[in-house]
Amino acid sequence: MAGVRAAGVFSRFANSKYSLLSGHASRSLSVSSSVAARTHVSYELKDDVAVIRLNDPTSKVNTLSVQMQAELTEVMGEVWSNGAVKSAVFISTKPGCFIAGADINMIQACKSSEEVTSLSREGQKMFEKIEKSPIPIVAAINGSCLGGGLEFAIACQYRVATKSRKTILGTPEVMLGLLPGAGGTQRLPKMVGLPGAFDMMLTGRNIRADKAKKMGLVHQLVDPLGPGLKPAEERTIEYLEEVAVGVAKGIANKKVSLTKEKGFMQKLQDTVMGLGPVRKQIYKTVSDKVQKQTKGLYPAPVKIIESIQAGVEQGGEAGYVAEATNFGKLAMTSESRALIGLYQGQVICKKNHYGTPEKEVKKLAILGAGLMGAGIAQVSVDKGLTTILKDTAVDGISRGEQQVYKGLNDKVKKKALTSFARDTILSNLSAQLDYSSFKSADMVIEAVFEDINIKHKVLKEVEAVIPPHCIFASNTSALPIKDIAAASKRPEKVIGMHYFSPVDKMQLLEIITTDKTSKDTTASAVSVGLKQGKIIIVVGDGPGFYTTRCLAPMLAEAVRVLQEGVGPKRLDALTTSFGFPVGAATLADEVGIDVAAHVAEDLGKAFGSRFGGGNVDVLKTMVEKGFKGRKSGKGCYIYGKGKKDKSVNPDAEEILKKYKLAAHPAISTDSDIQYRLVSRFVNEAVLCLQENILRNPVEGDIGAVFGLGFPPCLGGPFRFVDSFGAERLVGIMKRFEDIYGNQFTPCQLLLDHAKNPSKKFHK
Amino acid sequence: SWRFFFLSFRKIYTILKNSLLIIQTKSKKTLARPNVKNIVLVEGVRTPFLLSGTTYSDLMPHDLARAALQGLLHRTAIPKDVVDYIIYGTVIQEVKTSNVAREAALGAGFSDKIPSHTVTMACISSNQAMTSAVGLIAAGQCDAVVAGGVEFMSDVPIRHSRKMRKTMLSLNKAKTLGQRLSLLGSIRLAHLSPELPAVAEFSTSETMGHSADRLAAAFGVSRVEQDEFALRSHSLAKKAQDAGLLQDVISFKVPGRDIVSQDNGIRPSSMEQMAKLKPAFIKPHGTVTAANSSFLTDGASAVLIMSEEKALAMGYKPKAYLRDFVYVSQDPKDQLLLGPTYGTPKVLERAGLTMSDIDVFEFHEAFAGQIMANLKAMDSDWFAQTYMGRKSKVGTPPMDKFNLWGGSLSLGHPFGATGCRLVTTVAHRLQKEGGQYGLVAACAAGGQVSDTHVQHSLVVPAMIAFCTYAKHLYEL
Repeated sequence: MAGVRAAGVFSRFANSKYSLLSGHASRSLSVSSSVAARTHVSYELKDDVAVIRLNDPTSKVNTLSVQMQAELTEVMGEVWSNGAVKSAVFISTKPGCFIAGADINMIQACKSSEEVTSLSREGQKMFEKIEKSPIPIVAAINGSCLGGGLEFAIACQYRVATKSRKTILGTPEVMLGLLPGAGGTQRLPKMVGLPGAFDMMLTGRNIRADKAKKMGLVHQLVDPLGPGLKPAEERTIEYLEEVAVGVAKGIANKKVSLTKEKGFMQKLQDTVMGLGPVRKQIYKTVSDKVQKQTKGLYPAPVKIIESIQAGVEQGGEAGYVAEATNFGKLAMTSESRALIGLYQGQVICKKNHYGTPEKEVKKLAILGAGLMGAGIAQVSVDKGLTTILKDTAVDGISRGEQQVYKGLNDKVKKKALTSFARDTILSNLSAQLDYSSFKSADMVIEAVFEDINIKHKVLKEVEAVIPPHCIFASNTSALPIKDIAAASKRPEKVIGMHYFSPVDKMQLLEIITTDKTSKDTTASAVSVGLKQGKIIIVVGDGPGFYTTRCLAPMLAEAVRVLQEGVGPKRLDALTTSFGFPVGAATLADEVGIDVAAHVAEDLGKAFGSRFGGGNVDVLKTMVEKGFKGRKSGKGCYIYGKGKKDKSVNPDAEEILKKYKLAAHPAISTDSDIQYRLVSRFVNEAVLCLQENILRNPVEGDIGAVFGLGFPPCLGGPFRFVDSFGAERLVGIMKRFEDIYGNQFTPCQLLLDHAKNPSKKFHK
Repeated sequence: SWRFFFLSFRKIYTILKNSLLIIQTKSKKTLARPNVKNIVLVEGVRTPFLLSGTTYSDLMPHDLARAALQGLLHRTAIPKDVVDYIIYGTVIQEVKTSNVAREAALGAGFSDKIPSHTVTMACISSNQAMTSAVGLIAAGQCDAVVAGGVEFMSDVPIRHSRKMRKTMLSLNKAKTLGQRLSLLGSIRLAHLSPELPAVAEFSTSETMGHSADRLAAAFGVSRVEQDEFALRSHSLAKKAQDAGLLQDVISFKVPGRDIVSQDNGIRPSSMEQMAKLKPAFIKPHGTVTAANSSFLTDGASAVLIMSEEKALAMGYKPKAYLRDFVYVSQDPKDQLLLGPTYGTPKVLERAGLTMSDIDVFEFHEAFAGQIMANLKAMDSDWFAQTYMGRKSKVGTPPMDKFNLWGGSLSLGHPFGATGCRLVTTVAHRLQKEGGQYGLVAACAAGGQVSDTHVQHSLVVPAMIAFCTYAKHLYEL
């Protein structure tokens, strides 16, 4: 369910595939190892060019770890002192990765902002030496060149990059609540101009090689090669090196110029940017935009602007000092910790902890070609899964096929895909009305109407035609899987796979296992989810599982708040200013008022008065009048095509007036309303951990943020309890409990944490 | 899908008559197969191949094809009504003459009762025409088929943009003045930008030159190696031209211009001069230049293919048996131009021959880099094991048997016409050099088989899609 469109900084975080940080634990560096032979950096002379190769043998990616930096410094010392060397090339021998960033463990190991600042100063100095190198240095980039890796590359005199899809450049630090702390805020504006630099550093987005060339971030592109006398990637890196060596020689003997002829537009832009008032206006515009988007909840963008501004307006040294100081400050913020925690959690949730499935799923059948079913098909066909999309009506499959086509065609329009690739991908899809060829399906995911009888009916129909090894997965948002599995002849093959709408945008997949679900079935489901590009949490069975169960009490509270006379717009403002990417009223519209009513009723029955609050009849009345949310054009708001500003639905307001409740002044301040909403969410999340629905707090945080849009700056409900303080939260809840009763009764686990402040969910 | 074909050559008389050449008659086995009809190449001709935009520039494609057909009629003196069928290959089609085979046949004076059709398979279109002919004869449908190819790059169909076309088509249907005016009013500047025929792969949007440059880089082919090979091609072509070996070329009186009787793209240069050129596709570090690529060419070719029975009955002395052919295809992105490497061993295995049995090799030279890359691939155990599922490398053709009369780099490459040139050249070289088996490969399409217990047979493999080669094998 939860049709959340995460927005702003967060969605970019969620959609990015960068790996700024190595997922590995910090490597202990004994004295002996640093004395021993170099393991990360090696170099050889090709004529008068020093080819310096980077490869961290302990990790899948190169990072600027302590060891890497030490060896680099050592090698550069040797290169610079060798009179025979006229130029140098930096290249990574690791496939798909130049340098993926700084080593986050180095920053996390620091105890104070001063320590981090001095780390930053050291990085700045190292890169300054490279920038001022007496011989030209060419960075030969293949694969990810991110964060510190990019700062390293832009300190070099020349950059050659492969046009491979894997080659991405960017400064994703902002998504970890940090800033580029090794000269990035100072060099980038000079290289790509002020607007380009702001864009890169404030969004943290990945830039592909061809775009980087246009922006002036790299000088020259090299095509990736196909198979030759060696594997393609190996030969491509070799070719890149050959080209880079050629360029290095060319620069050294002045045949290749480092200054690019500027075009008219570039000159014009430079002239305009030379004007103080223009720059001032830019700073202001950018700051306003950042304020509007972050609601002041994220400190990193502000510090990035400050650092850039210091450098541009007060000169290099002031800029470097500002950058290092701000970097130190940011590293100590709770926001940065929360975002880093999410990043690390995401890495964990992108692994299969259940082993390799006995049989790989190659053919997937989906029942129901609605938004969900077609969405699941959309993320499957382009991963090479042969996909059947079955519905009961021609209209249904036609709409579903169109959705899959449109998803792919939009990528063609954005040039992320060729029309030829689109057609090839679509050939994996078969839309049909019958069960033909289900006999060769490896997995069936049902996305039919949320009614236990219909689910039982299709389960029986499917089990009559599928092979014995085939897994039956239910994409339900609230019905307990064991109830669905009750109709199955082979409950060990039944599992829940709860996708979030829109499936192609929302990264989370919640997998639900029952007592009977076999480990191999779980391994298969996780494997399919990972193939589909999902971040996966695996939770226990129960009404609403984890995500729906957390969201339901918050929405119940939102309905009560609305009944108490807080309008949808104010409710949205209160939730977004707390950090939710989507306001509570808009969220209800996105999820669907009918779905919300359904869930509220179901879970209300299962959990009793704890899930009360708002009157379910409000939702039911809205559904009766056809106000089902965005999909029907009307919900709390009225949605028109192309209209950017949605207006409040006056008829919905009428309904709310009919069910009006008196607000309690003692707990109705803006802040109280926010905590009423959030504390119910958080308490239910903690209760899920207490009841073993959740296996661990990491998955709880990931599920809440990636599935429901819990404020990323808080890092998820568990990290929120850790940083906010369980005792403080319990105190607030008790105030609400006095008036509203058990809906605000803190659960036992939360009370335990309140009693013992040393207890933390995250170490 | 690559197909190869074997031409089996009947050479006895010509060899004996040729007192200047001392030919060691080889005693290799025949490639004849029981219950398979012997199919022979009777004759092959072509117009001179000219750089686009030169003497042919005011013609139309069917004019060139017509000239080749008339040349063939003249050489063979075959009665026009004996031919059962005519097939032509072409790549960039002139819209007005989309079945160019039919227009050319009628214009060349063939009976209007002879059916004709046009095939297209990129650079091996005329290989496809030839193998289709072999198929018709083998199936007992025909006894005498004319196959050929034509390409005319001096004029190509340049279209209005899709938007403009849509507007113009709607204009046809508009009933009222108001509707027409509103349609005309909808025309924007963007409507006016024309659409050129793509020289790029549809599936990858990559141009041939770009692909060749990447291929050369993948196999580590240097700029010098490419320039050397291109220079070799031009020098050998010049020598062959001067020695009068290019007997397949017919003279052609171009209306309003002089008689053309020689290819005009053969220009041996020097390594120094070639080294001065800048890369044409991948800049600034690429290695494929204008000098080591084949150039845009106008030209047409034609061959007469018959069942052996019929040919002998009519008193012809066939030049070769067409024995076998194979078409193969690969990944259009990274292996676009590697067809010859894949096709050669396949057709050899079909014929039960090895590389050393072949006396004459004719490979289509799209780019020097592409030829060199194929030679390196054929010489690599790793490539054979990793990509071809073979135990060991294919092996390379010896250079003293390879494209000795020049190739597409120097003679020119009218896409649709090259295949027939390759096959005819193999036949002529086998005669001249006294070989028995010849093999043709092209990165594009087609090949065919025929066999007798006579002494020459020719394997003609050809390959598919913007990348393939035709190979022919002769049996002497």
